[in-house]
Amino acid sequence: MPRTIDPTSLAGKDFAIDQHVQVLVVGAGPAGLSAANEAARLGLQVMLVDEHPVASALIGLDIPYLFGERLDPAVQNKPRMLERVVAARPELETSFELGVDVRLGVYVWGAFVEGPTSRALPHRLIGLADEERSWLVSFDRIIVAAGARDLALAFPGWDRPGVVGAQGAAAAMRLYQAFSARRVVVLGAGALGLQTALQAQAAGLQVAGIVDLASPQQGEALDAVRAHDIPIHAGHAVRGTLGGIELQGVRIAPLAAQDAAFDIACDTLIFALDLVPNVELFDLLGCAVSWRPELGGFVPDLDAEGRLSVPGIYAAGDCTGITSSVIADATLGEIAGRCAARAAARDAGIDVEALPPAIHPASLPDRDAARRHWLQSHAPQSGDDVMICRCEEVGLRDLLGVRPPRYLSYKPTSFEHRDLRTLAADGPINQDQIKRLTRAGMGACQGRRCREQVQILLAMQGNQPTGSVPLPSYRAPLRPLPLNVLSAHDETTEMRDNWVVWFGISSQWLPQWEPVPDVIDPRDDRRVLRDFEA
Amino acid sequence: MSVVVIGGGATGLSTAWWLRREGVPVTVVEKGIVGWEASGRNGGGATHANSPLFREEQRLWPQMDELLGYPTEYQRQRIRIAVTPTQLANMERGLVIAEQQGFQVERLDPKALRDLVPWVGDEVAGGCLLQFGGHANPQRTVQAYAWAIQDLGGTILQHTTVTGIRVRGGKAVAVETNQGEIGCDAVLIAAGPHTNRIAAMVGVDVPVAPARAEMIVTEPVPLIRFGGADGNGLYGRQTLRGNLAYGGGPHEWLELADARTPRPVNSPVVRSLARRLHEMFPRVAHVRVIRSWAGVIENTPDGRPILDRLEDPSNVVVATMSSVGFGLSPASGHALAQLLVSGRCEFADLTWLGLARFHGLDPDWRETAGWVPWSPPAPEISTATGVHS
Repeated sequence: MPRTIDPTSLAGKDFAIDQHVQVLVVGAGPAGLSAANEAARLGLQVMLVDEHPVASALIGLDIPYLFGERLDPAVQNKPRMLERVVAARPELETSFELGVDVRLGVYVWGAFVEGPTSRALPHRLIGLADEERSWLVSFDRIIVAAGARDLALAFPGWDRPGVVGAQGAAAAMRLYQAFSARRVVVLGAGALGLQTALQAQAAGLQVAGIVDLASPQQGEALDAVRAHDIPIHAGHAVRGTLGGIELQGVRIAPLAAQDAAFDIACDTLIFALDLVPNVELFDLLGCAVSWRPELGGFVPDLDAEGRLSVPGIYAAGDCTGITSSVIADATLGEIAGRCAARAAARDAGIDVEALPPAIHPASLPDRDAARRHWLQSHAPQSGDDVMICRCEEVGLRDLLGVRPPRYLSYKPTSFEHRDLRTLAADGPINQDQIKRLTRAGMGACQGRRCREQVQILLAMQGNQPTGSVPLPSYRAPLRPLPLNVLSAHDETTEMRDNWVVWFGISSQWLPQWEPVPDVIDPRDDRRVLRDFEA
Repeated sequence: MSVVVIGGGATGLSTAWWLRREGVPVTVVEKGIVGWEASGRNGGGATHANSPLFREEQRLWPQMDELLGYPTEYQRQRIRIAVTPTQLANMERGLVIAEQQGFQVERLDPKALRDLVPWVGDEVAGGCLLQFGGHANPQRTVQAYAWAIQDLGGTILQHTTVTGIRVRGGKAVAVETNQGEIGCDAVLIAAGPHTNRIAAMVGVDVPVAPARAEMIVTEPVPLIRFGGADGNGLYGRQTLRGNLAYGGGPHEWLELADARTPRPVNSPVVRSLARRLHEMFPRVAHVRVIRSWAGVIENTPDGRPILDRLEDPSNVVVATMSSVGFGLSPASGHALAQLLVSGRCEFADLTWLGLARFHGLDPDWRETAGWVPWSPPAPEISTATGVHS
């Protein structure tokens, strides 16, 4: 312990905390619901947080899913959406009965735990927010069941409104019942694509076709698709989207005969090639993640009961890995949720048996190959430049050339001998570095629409495995939050009274061509002044 | 002569670039990626009228894009905003050093301020437009330095860790790294928060304490003419893309266990940053914060740079800018290149920025100042039975 506390440092300062919970469960999908209910049954005090229904402003940014502007205006009616979300998740009734503190329409935007650069934190904290305000909750244990999000991979015209993701479409159809699509084409003939097509069919939409580079996955789903006479175009690539502001169709062509292109009329394209486990909270919490392409990308390292590398943190469901069996069978998520809740209870000293874990099959296909194939077939081959980062308008050529953003003027000659390959010659490719130089992934959607494809494109250009490009860091707030929402309305007076712009070292801001005065005149104390910055 | 620069931050890179401009063979040794730490993740400010290097900085910045050959996003001039009358009075006091040197400041009444910064509220007390200073993009600038060094034939070794400095006859003759040894005629130690650890390799104590500080950034808003507008306890700027990037508030003192710099995390202070930004710019209350980040910087006991050529070994120069290095980097590199080549800075008086001022420093100076890591008492962990231990 230091003899003195620096009053302008974080030492000894607390943050205003709304409440303390024993177990915080993030996500009210099948895994999160079963985790919350199991933990409550075991006598733990549980808070269950889920962001649905999300604000329509976030939906417009394709957060958390690729909604592609295909949700009808009903989503602006929050009370109605709340009813629909509850109706879509009947297990929530059990949660209410068990006394779980259920918070719907609440975002988890931050996670703050002790670490090498964070020792002064008095508690483990989670940052929560709704549309009005943000607040902090301290917790003993956290079970993350944050699900998966849409994988977006570029194809010519993918940035047109009407291109939605499988998760976006599923949420629109089942959670919000607010899908404004009528006639859809599904991109992807794997387990996810077939399931998406069948869900659309069941929701009364017209499914005008399923398109994939690869052959469809055999099984019951394919039989059902065939029974509905949904056309399947295997071995086809997308050549472009049709329409003006609104999508009116998609142009596809056989891989083997690119000039034999034809059009399919549709108002919505559902990109359902694959999903990505949500690992953003794990990155913030400092938990180890590993590249597991057979599970959909980066996933947290976890033991058989769902414990992560940082004590007191657990995970369950799609955020720990996506497989075709997980997509087909929601009960696997429920089992994982109960398993993680048991682990949390056991670690809290409750005498209960561990549940046998749900183990992913040993032999699973490497889905990275399919993703690379998609990009190889759609991004470099199109005559026009393909947009990669839509928020920051970074095209494929800008990305591979490591070009400054288009709003900057610069000497083009300087960059003639600079590109991704020359940068790679200086050291391993790092996506965060590319992000800073090109701005790909720096936009308001927080990289959700380009993170994975940038990683793959960087790896392909460097002739290296996709997983060798390390996970680009996630940053709070994990959801874009307005200044007046994120604002610390509950700031402590201690924080306010000791606030300085920069360290508060008086002698730093006096003329440095003179010696430091033995005594600094109080009138000359410029520590609160604005004559400096970092 | 040939020089090894230890540390690929803004200060080391700028020095290497100046050396290459003079034709001096130079190798930069960087443990990670150039500009990866505080040099590439700061507020981008370049307005330090309290520094003897400031005039040279002012001269150089407007030329840097041309000199380096790569964009830095440098923008001239700054706006100071005073939300309250107290802040207005403090702002006036803070302008004294600049005005005494002849730098021009235009006072802005609330209306004039609103015309320049439409985001401020009706109650704003006032502000001023500095006809000096400016800001640039740190990430783009550090890469520009690195590329310019390469374009001039210099060598940058990334992912290379210094393990020792070999001294013979009172001079450093080689820098030892995990990739092998590099012979040299002079060495610059500009390793940021690791400067003391590296300097200890030649038996010299450079008193610095590392700390973590943090910033937030919003989605873009339409560009204003002078984006370097700050106040209300914050430093920062509107970037040329339109994002609002601001920092300030409490720091956390750290201890670095080894040659690595751990990933600096954010804290709930990000909410207090948002609060102050909202107070200063109430008309953009709806603008969304999309990111935050933190960085590790070092401070000397008096918060001032150490730019000094050692007596022994006599061909080693140590440099720390004490947490304010990016904006001054065009000038600090110039000064350090001169220290390395000729032993003295020709354009600025660095008399008081030597190590000598710390002779006899209390070895416990960090503890005395409270500049050491602090942890709260062990938290109470509630158990299933509800009993608190």
